[in-house]
Formats: sequence, structure tokens, C-alpha cells
Amino acid sequence: MRVNFTVNGRQQEADDVWEGESLLYVLRERMGLPGSKNACEQGECGSCTVRLDGVPVCACLVAAGQVEGREVVTVEGLADYARHREDAHPGGGCASGACGTSLDSAKRWQARPTDGRTGEAGELAPIQQAFIDAGAVQCGFCTPGLLVAADELLENSPSPSDQDIREALSGNLCRCTGYEKILDAVRLAAARQGEAARS
Amino acid sequence: MTTTPQARNVPAGTPTKITQGSPTKGGIGESTLRPDGTLKVTGEFAYSSDMWHEDMLWGQTLRSTVAHAEIVSIDTSEALATSGVYAVLTYDDLPAEMKNYGLEIQDTPVLAHGRVRHHGEPVALVAADHPETARRAAAKIRIEYRELPVITDEASATAPDAVLVHENRDDHHIGHVPHPNIVHRQPIIRGDADKAAERADVIVTGEYTFGMQDQAFLGPESGLAVPSEDGGVELYVATQWLHSDLKQIAPVLGLPEDKVRMTLSGVGGAFGGREDISMQIHACLLALRTGKPVKIVYNRFESFFGHVHRHPAKLHYEHGATKDGKLTHMKCRIVLDGGAYASASPAVVGNASSLSVGPYRIEDVDIEAIALYTNNPPCGAMRGFGAVQACFAYEAQMDKLAAKLDMDPVEFRQLNAMEQGTLLPTGQPCDSPAPVAELLRRVKARPMPPEQEWLTAGSDGTSVDVRALPGGLSNTTHGEGVVRGVGYAVGLKNVGFSEGFDDYSTARVRMEVINGEPVATVHTAMAEVGQGGVTVHAQIARTELGVNQVTIHPADTRVGSAGSTSASRQTYVTGGAVKNSCEAVREQVLEIGRRKFGTYHPAWATAELLLEGGKVVTDGGEVLADLADVLEDEAIDIELEWRHRPTEAFDLRTGQGNGHVQYSFAAHRAVVEVDTELGLVKVIELACAQDVGKALNPLSVLGQIQGGTLQGMGVAVMEEIIVDPKTAKVRNPSFTDYLLPTILDTPTIPVDVLELADEHAPYGLRGIGEAPTLSSTPAVLAAIRNATGLALDRTPVRPEHLTST
Amino acid sequence: MDFLRPASWEEALAAKAEHPTAVPIAGGTDVMVEINFDHRRPEYLLDLNRIGELSEWEVGQENVRLGASVPYSSIMEHLRAELPGLALASHTVASPQIRNRGGVGGNLGTASPAGDAHPALLAADCEVEAESVRGKRLIPIDAFYTGVKRNALEPDELIRAVHIKKADGPQQYSKVGTRNAMVIAVCAFGIALHPETRTVRTGIGSAAPTPIRAREAEEFLNAALEEGGFWENGKIITPSIAQQFATLASGACNPIDDVRGTAKYRRHAVGIMARRTLGWTWEQYRGAGRALEGAA
Repeated sequence: MRVNFTVNGRQQEADDVWEGESLLYVLRERMGLPGSKNACEQGECGSCTVRLDGVPVCACLVAAGQVEGREVVTVEGLADYARHREDAHPGGGCASGACGTSLDSAKRWQARPTDGRTGEAGELAPIQQAFIDAGAVQCGFCTPGLLVAADELLENSPSPSDQDIREALSGNLCRCTGYEKILDAVRLAAARQGEAARS
Repeated sequence: MTTTPQARNVPAGTPTKITQGSPTKGGIGESTLRPDGTLKVTGEFAYSSDMWHEDMLWGQTLRSTVAHAEIVSIDTSEALATSGVYAVLTYDDLPAEMKNYGLEIQDTPVLAHGRVRHHGEPVALVAADHPETARRAAAKIRIEYRELPVITDEASATAPDAVLVHENRDDHHIGHVPHPNIVHRQPIIRGDADKAAERADVIVTGEYTFGMQDQAFLGPESGLAVPSEDGGVELYVATQWLHSDLKQIAPVLGLPEDKVRMTLSGVGGAFGGREDISMQIHACLLALRTGKPVKIVYNRFESFFGHVHRHPAKLHYEHGATKDGKLTHMKCRIVLDGGAYASASPAVVGNASSLSVGPYRIEDVDIEAIALYTNNPPCGAMRGFGAVQACFAYEAQMDKLAAKLDMDPVEFRQLNAMEQGTLLPTGQPCDSPAPVAELLRRVKARPMPPEQEWLTAGSDGTSVDVRALPGGLSNTTHGEGVVRGVGYAVGLKNVGFSEGFDDYSTARVRMEVINGEPVATVHTAMAEVGQGGVTVHAQIARTELGVNQVTIHPADTRVGSAGSTSASRQTYVTGGAVKNSCEAVREQVLEIGRRKFGTYHPAWATAELLLEGGKVVTDGGEVLADLADVLEDEAIDIELEWRHRPTEAFDLRTGQGNGHVQYSFAAHRAVVEVDTELGLVKVIELACAQDVGKALNPLSVLGQIQGGTLQGMGVAVMEEIIVDPKTAKVRNPSFTDYLLPTILDTPTIPVDVLELADEHAPYGLRGIGEAPTLSSTPAVLAAIRNATGLALDRTPVRPEHLTST
Repeated sequence: MDFLRPASWEEALAAKAEHPTAVPIAGGTDVMVEINFDHRRPEYLLDLNRIGELSEWEVGQENVRLGASVPYSSIMEHLRAELPGLALASHTVASPQIRNRGGVGGNLGTASPAGDAHPALLAADCEVEAESVRGKRLIPIDAFYTGVKRNALEPDELIRAVHIKKADGPQQYSKVGTRNAMVIAVCAFGIALHPETRTVRTGIGSAAPTPIRAREAEEFLNAALEEGGFWENGKIITPSIAQQFATLASGACNPIDDVRGTAKYRRHAVGIMARRTLGWTWEQYRGAGRALEGAA
């Protein structure tokens, strides 16, 4: 079957979709957007969290056919989404074309020289930068889902309590960090957001 | 991080040695940020499951539905006839004479041959153009099993008529094990435990059970194999140890090692679970057979069968003490269930026995550890590696002894704590700082978390936030039945590979000038699994070479082995190798500098020279030359192996020998609140104090300690793979029923970091990844015992254990 | 497999009539797991997401008519006053992401004894609005669960809404899981005080082949409250009454041993939850109760 929907502000069309395919599979294997991760496929880890018409959902539990005509935001579009938060239709789009990560780009994944300060301000959503700065990323497999969930939390609740953060992220498992640095990252992003709002 | 001023006052230990004290920004000791951080937060980081290739096929593994059976027949015809299917492989299709693999003992069949030995053993492979096509075809393979009785524990494994899990064993352990269903046995006898027991005023014994824990890394096993024109194969895979994989893969493919070219792709966590082969060989076989790239990605269900787990264990302990609180002796017997294949079982036995006494001074010991072959799921490496199970048991014993002597449990431990110089049961002296008593002091001195934090100021002054209570969002208590408990534990873990293993790493370091700026490139085969090795390598290169720009080359097999990302060893060993290669590069740079500029300034010959901020400077701070001018268009490129001090095997009868390289210590205080009526636990705080020798990257150090702490908590209160004792089948292979702690289960984890240098290690550092996993579990158990008054001799603790239901 | 995308309720009924084996999919939180793990390959998937009215609710005089697909997060947010027990139950459902997608229709359609909504629905009292091209009927919740993962729906019927009695008194809900969030019930208990009729209703989850009410416990309590004049005098319920209620609730269970818990524990825990939730609701009824922050 064919499915038309908007991903990160860009109209997409997927052909020959098997009726049992999940949104997650379509994003990863057909749209060239492997940022949403497949870690459990049963809604018990949150690694595939995306926004579906603005609402955080597990992409593994949405049938591809159900997204016809709807809007999806993935981690790849999070920076744009944050930038155009006021706008119902974020502009720009994600990298597309070939599906998945090509071997060439995979081989180059770390080949850029680095001085230990990753991420240039402006390219990342505040929550993304906060995750890097706070040391909330280790293996990084849970990170995309956590970022989408945390970004939505801060959109609706600019200064959440620790328990609010814990509740909002309770559907996202992390196996590396013990969650402490993730809490730090969300607190940091909230504080920066607050400072930005005051200045 | 709360560190240092006090640490300097702690007596033992030598100051941290830095071979060149370059203040170059981004060097060691700074919390520099991950070089892969941006890619990981934007979703661009290429994990093994994200690989894609034009025309690629999807591989699917068909696994046994029973634990122990003869394979009577396999019929693949219907599967092969399915449209979209390119290959179906069974044992008969294996191309080489070698058909088994294994980390130490090659006892694991690539595909089952005539018999399956555990639930979920791979039997056949399918390659097809869509994962669903591959799944449907795999379902059409007909396998007829004739079931055999299952061996599930020591009694059934060593019964006189027990079926042998492996017939005709010829591995090097068979000569010293009492039964062929025992993989390895390591006794340790030192002093005379029976005689020493006569001095004891109190003796306590215990039978402890440790459940089967899963690494549960979030990125399931996956990879992509691409056939190459020369008949070889390129493999992109998430693993912990490229070169060990290579050694196991090439022979069963019938290829020389240089025709199997491996590149590490993004790894979604590991924790020991990727030390063994999973889909690597299968993907290569399908790729070589079909001539097409083949990707295999396990789902979570398959992942539970795709890797080894932590050994479940039964531990019998006896300790004695005098009435003034001095330990007299210890006897223990540790039975580890290795499951159907050996994996890392022999080394886990070595660790369990040699670390069974914990961080305590006991001169008279009688120790035995064994690992069984059974039809249970294979077990092998997981964070803590044999030391975790022992720590759970000996720490329970310490509390029992303290209670019996009416002593404070922390003071009792401090009284018996090992120190630098203490002889371990293997006869090996501990020759670096061992601040066991100090770590305990620190966690004990920390202020207690406030009581009843669930009470919040509501309109009537007495609102309840259930999220802070046992049961959490499930709304099971508003304070009823809730009792607080506090518990302590401390542990001892070895760092690096032990028992005479040639534990080395290789690092290739290149220095050149690019766009007028000196750039270092570090190339190792170290598997970055999330721990932050790539961050630290760049820091080391900056410190040693005085450059700002460092490129970390992707890990692959084009450079020599970096060993395994396990045993808390990578910063020590591969970090040491990077440092060593950088030093060699630095020498060459200075050599070139002397040649070019030596005649212009006497300091080139007389002063101690450093590389700093892209320049050659004297130790007095005088700038002699820019690195760019020294190097010009020359590139220095050096690949060297580096080894830590050699270790030796443990004597097979007495267990004596200098088997370990270094030790790592952590202590925890757990504060829990238990709903004693429902048996639900909320861990409020898990405070940790750990000696890290030298924190090369303090932020990463905290991440390791907090992550390890939570994994220890998981197996205290919820994590367990449940195997049916009648069928040896796994009952909960899913994240629905194998529960990992969520952020709402997680306590605050304050960390107190000590930095007492180990003068034998690079920068004085100490491997840190595993120690916090050890003491976390027994501390939580101790706190639950403290709250409930129950004995609790098994972990994880389930509500039924706390309610006697 | 075919994917049917009806644009209206009528089209959905027609599709279900034509393909009675079609599996309805709304939040996907049950169906997609079964598909992802190869446990089920339905001939037809019937997508209900495009039928907007299923995500709507109406608050009437007596009842709330809750669309089958109203997500649990909306129930938590908007219906705490009208459906406090269900709002509490909704808060225990899986994760925030799942609560954004799943609704009561899915719980009822799957009819798993572990479905979180059931005990709250049983305690509040409700009727399931089922419809087919043949017509509409209201199935009382007490007659809805017919066996393990079986319900009273005909093959051509779909669940359109649930008509739930608006709360006329305090309601509570407790669930035991071995994790503090995102956990399937080991067992669960719902209770609703109905001061207007001077009755108490209960619901038990995961402790019998189907969701059940603890009828003997209810009858005992109704009689004891009446006899002691508790509804009028608002006195604290005596511990012996609470204990007997708990014991009878335990006794109503017919649980199994499984990987999530033992039968013995489930009986025990249901008793504890029955006693505690009775205490909480009664305190609220007496007007001196503690509010429950963060729980709904």
C-alpha cells in the first residue's frame, strides 16, 4: 500500500508498504530516518518516541497506514521543530534520498577532527545541547526518544519539578547512565529556557 | 563532583603522575565532551542497526523452540521455494571444516548439528528481500525434535547417569574438573580454615542465590555483511572486541583473517553481552552464499536468546569472627550455572573464587568455585564478571556477623578492611591504594535523605505524591506500611584480564599538519560502546602531544587488537597504548625538531622539552618552535602494542598466584522505603564512594559510576531472566516481563570520588566501570533487610519474598 | 494482509460486517505488539484512527459517554472529577507515550484480565456501546467479560463508546507492579462509593481469568455500612469491617502463578489494596481525606 504523510515538515510518500509495517519501520527503512531507534518494538522502552500530530508516541506501535495525512516529527527534525515551535508547520526538512546510513557516511562517523567541544550553538535544539553538555549521552541509543519526550515536556511545562521530569520520562529506558545526567540535562535545558525567556 | 580536598589527606597513595604536564586545553582531567555527542543527539550516529546497502537482503535466524533435543530432521524445501528468499542455510551448508566457535573453548556450533542444547539455539538461517519475507520463510522450515531430559542444576548435571552436555571434551579444563558437566573448577586454599575456625567466637553461614541478569543493552544485536570482490567479506557490526570476533569468524567461514575486514559500527550499549559472537558469522555466511549484502537485526525477543547472560549462582558461605570483631576464616562454595556453552565461564570461575573473600583481610580460607554445563541459557560476561555474585553473598555475611557481634555493620567492615599491602587469598599482595575503610566512612558520613519526602504541602497540608512512594504511579500506598531501611556494602573487583592472559592493546597515532595546524589522529580497534573511550583517547593525545585537534579514526581490524571493552580495562590498557604511542610520536617530533632547529637554541639539547599548545616549549615555558614548522609536510605515524604488568595463572589445586593486575573499590549506602505489607520497594538514595585513581574525564567517571550503580540496583529489586526448571525454557524474554529500572524507580545517586593514584597504571588511573555494580546490589538488599527484618538470601527480591507469599 | 481505512463509523461497521475477522486497530498498543512479534497475522486490519468521534466524550446528567479511542492521557486530564477511578487507572497505564495512544476501547476489545481500565469500569458501573450494521446495543459491564481474553462482542460488532456512571462519591484505584512506572499489573483493585444508592462497587484485575467484582465483599460491606449507619453518621469504618471486606476481596480472586507473581501473593495484595482503598475513599467521603497529588 502507499502512505503519504509529513515528516519533519516535508511531504513524504512511501510505496509498497506492507500492511503490518510500523511507522518506525517506514521511518527507518524507507524514509532514510534511522534516528528513531528500535529497541523493544512493544512500547516498553521509548527509544522510538516521535511526535505524531504533536503528541509523543511510540512509532513502533503506530501502523504505517495510520499516519496517512498526518504529521510526524522525529529526532532528525527536532532542532527545526524547536526553532519553529510557534509555527504549526515547521519549515525545512531532514536529509533524505537514500535510505538508512550509507557505508561511506558510516565510515566517516568520527572522522572529523574535534577539539572536545562538540556541537555548534544554533544547530541543535536546546534540549539536544543540554544532553551533550550534561553528559547525558553514553551509548546514545535511548537518546533520540528521550530528546523527543523531554522537548515536549519543556514545551508544556517550562519549569518542571524533578518528579515531573521523572514521570514524563518514565516511558524511556536508559541502560547506561543511571538517569542522573539525564535529569541534569532536562534541568539545564529548563534553566536555559527560563533565562532566555527573562532576557 | 565532590572530590579532592579531603582526598589529598588520605594517607595511602602516591601523587598522580602525568608524563608531560601539558596544560593543553581539552587534555586529561577535564570533562571534555563526547566527540560523537552531536551525532548521537541529532540521530545521525550510525548504529549497526542503521546500516543500509543497495540490494541488501535481510537475514533471519530460526532458533530451537526446545532446550534439549535431538534434531531428527530439517526440511527447508518450502522455505527455499518462497518468493523473495535467496538462501536457507543449515549445519550442512557450513563451508569450512571448523564449525564451532567460542571465546576460549570452541564448543558453540554456528548452527545446531544433530542436537540443540538450549532454548533459542540457532538452527537455520534465511536471507530474503524483506524482513517479513524472511520471517515467513523461516516459519516454513520444518524441524522434527526428539526431546531429551534437561539438565538444569548441579544435582542433575552431576548425577551418575547425567547426560553429558558436551561429549568428548578435549578442552584444557577437562583434566581437572570432577565431572564433564563442570566447565572449570578453581579452588583456593590458604592457611587452615578449619583450624582458624576454632578461634572463632561466632560463626555464621548462609546459602545465597543470585538470579540470572541480562545486560539488556538497548541496541539489539545487528550488523551488515558485504561480500567483497576478492572472495572475502566486510562486516560492520556492534561488538565489544573486534579482534576476538575476527579470530572466531574467519575459521568457520574458511577464510584467512585478512579477508574478513571488520569495522565497528555504532554500539548501543554492551555491558559484557557483546563479548561473544551473535549474528556476525550468520550474516557473513548468508552474504558469501548469496553474493549480496546481508543485514541482520535481532528484535528484543531474539536478543534475549542472542547473547549470554550473567551467571546465576548458588553460594554457600561460612565466616567466623572473634568477639572483638576480627574475621577468623572463610569457607565458601560458589556454583555458577554456565548454561549450554562455555563462553567466558572459566574466567568467571577464576574471578568468583579469587574475589570471593571481598575487600577483607582473612588469612585462612577454603574456597571452591565451579561453573556447570546445563541446558539453561548460556552465561558469560556481564559487568562485574563473577565478582558480583560473590559480593552479594559476602556482604550479607558481614551484616550477619555484625548483628551477631552486636557491632555497627560499617565499623565491623572497617575493622576487617583490606589495605595496601594486604595479601589476597591467592597470596598476591595488593600493591596500590586500597581505601576500603575510607570509602565506607564517606558513604556513612553523608547526611541522610529527608524522611517522608512523599508528603507535599497541599491545600490541607497533607498531600501525598505517590511518585515518591513504593509502588509509584500505581497508587498502592499513601504511606501505609512504609518503613525505611539503610544498608551498606563495599566490593572488590579486578581490573583487566587476569590469570596470565596476554592483555595488550595497540594504538596507532599519527601527527601531521593540516591547514597550518597540527592534528593528531588516533586509530585503535577499541570498541566504543558508550563508555567514552573515544573522549578519553582524544584527551590523552592532547595532553601528550600538545595539540588541540584530534581525530579519532573509526575502530576496525586494519589496526592491531585493542582487546575487549570489558573488565574495566579500556582506559587503562588502550588508554595506556594511546599514551605510549603518543610518547613515541612526541620523541620523533622532538628528534625532528632537534635536527632542524637544534643549532639555533641550546635548550633543544639541554632542557626538558614539552609539546604544548601546538608548540615545542621548554619546561621553563620558553617557546622553541611551532609544531607546524617542525613537521612541515612530514607526518609521523606510529603503531605500537602496549601491555600492563604480566599476570600468572592460579594454581589449579591451591589457587595461589599473582593473577590480577589491579583492583577497584566502591562502597554504597542504600536508603530504601519498603511497603512491608505489599512487598514493594522504593530506593530513595544510593550513595556511592569510589576510588578512581585519576579521573581522566570526571563527567564520564560519574556516568560510569551512576550507570553501574543502577544496574546493581536492578538486579536487587526487579531484573531476572526466569527459566522454567522443568523445561529449561526462558519464560520472560521481553521488556514487558524482564523489567529494567525506569527513571521513576531510580534513586538519587550522589557520588564521592577519590583519586588515589596507582603508580603502576597510566596517569595513576584505576578501571572504574564495574566496581559500582558490585556493592550496589548488596547495599540495597541490606537496606531492605534493615527495613523488614527478613533474612532475604536471594536476589532479586520479589514482593512475594517480602510478604511470605 | 489488507489495511482498511474507513473514514466514518458507518464505513467501519460495513467493513467489519464484510470482514468479520478484521482486527480493529486504534492506539495499536496491543495489536502492533502482536504483529511486530509475529504472534498474529490478521487478514485485515481495520484502522479506527480516522473516525474522529471515537476520540470524543460527552458528559451527561447521569453518565459520561466516553468514545472508545479517547486516550488515557485525556481521561487523566479532563475527566478526573467525573471518572476519578478511571482517571487513576489511566495514570497507571504503561508509559506517557502509550497513554497518548491507548483508550478504553482497546482494553475492552482485548479483554485481558490485566487491562488497567477494567477494575475501574467495574467499580464505577458502565455499559459498553457495541454496534454492527445490524444495530446498536448496550452491554452491561458485568456481562461483558466472558472468558480469558474473550468478551461479549459479536464478530461483526465494534465498540463505539462506554457509558460510565458519573461518580456520585469517592473512587480509588490501586495496582501492584514490580516497577514504579510502565508495568503490567500483577493485580489491581478498584473501588467506588455510591452514596446515592448507598452501595459500594469493586473491580479486581489480573487475579482471575477475567476482570471480576468482589461481590461477596461488596454485599458484606453494603450490609455492614447500612447496619452501622455509617453513611449517615460518617464514622470511621471499624477495623474489623475493613478487614472482613479485605478478606472477602481476597477470597474473590482465582489467580494463577506466573512470571509476574504468585497466586498467593495476588490474593494477599488484593486484600491489602481493598483495605487501603476502602480507607482512602471513606476518608474522602467523610470529607477529611488527603488529596492525591500527581496520581491523576
